[in-house]
Amino acid sequence: MTAIPLSHALVLACILFVIGFVGVIVRKNTLFMLMSLEVMLNAVGVAFIGAGSAWQQADGQIMFILILTLAAAEVAVGLALLIRMQRRFRSLDIDKLSQLRG
Amino acid sequence: MSWNLISLETIFYLAGAVAIIASLKVVTGKNTIHALLYLVVSLLAVAVCFYLMGAPFAAGLEVIVYAGAILVLFVFAVMMFGLAKDETRHAPQATGLSIWVGPVTLALVLLAILIFAIDDASIQQKLTANIVGARQVGALLYGPYLLAVEIASFLLLAGLVAGYHYAKPDGQGGHL
Repeated sequence: MTAIPLSHALVLACILFVIGFVGVIVRKNTLFMLMSLEVMLNAVGVAFIGAGSAWQQADGQIMFILILTLAAAEVAVGLALLIRMQRRFRSLDIDKLSQLRG
Repeated sequence: MSWNLISLETIFYLAGAVAIIASLKVVTGKNTIHALLYLVVSLLAVAVCFYLMGAPFAAGLEVIVYAGAILVLFVFAVMMFGLAKDETRHAPQATGLSIWVGPVTLALVLLAILIFAIDDASIQQKLTANIVGARQVGALLYGPYLLAVEIASFLLLAGLVAGYHYAKPDGQGGHL
């Protein structure tokens, strides 16, 4: 059994996830929303690593690696779209996106 | 306070507190680059938590890929945005220590935690007792999870193509 209880790792993951979630909801700057998304994905990683360490299995770390690749792809596409948005609207305000026509 | 009282749990909570404080500074930040620096500190704190939870391979990946590659991508993108309308220009210039004293303090706390964890014999004994190493992760990754690895590589390729296509200037056929 590990030294750190699973519940404490899960509490840390929940706190980090809520901080990131509040950031996504509250901020209007799209770049800060992306950064808050990173915090949320990171919190999910903490939960997986904590669970993997509680059961002494490597599966948690494998899920963390998959989350890592997901975060990398998401950031690449998200930042490219943000560059696009900055060129078109001269702003990173998320409310400007309501002008888009489908 | 005796050194023996500082256990593995205590330094785990300390690193977690650093991660929470740095994440709060990311979410509430005004300046983009300062928020990115706090995000680096938050990811490093989470890496220390991974190390203390017996996953040193994941901790290394967190530092190399997250804090190393993804955050550098953020910094490059911020540089490409052009700072004409950015808040950076309106930020107070040259306020001395006050800008970087926060991230440096948090990073120094992390460094103290790491040095203490490496130096202390009883903590090392506890850590090595329940480690899930890179060997087990690799054996599982290229065994039962081989299909997931392939799908992840597809995802990365899609991200690469989409990033290249979206970020192209208008004159080069980059119309959406």
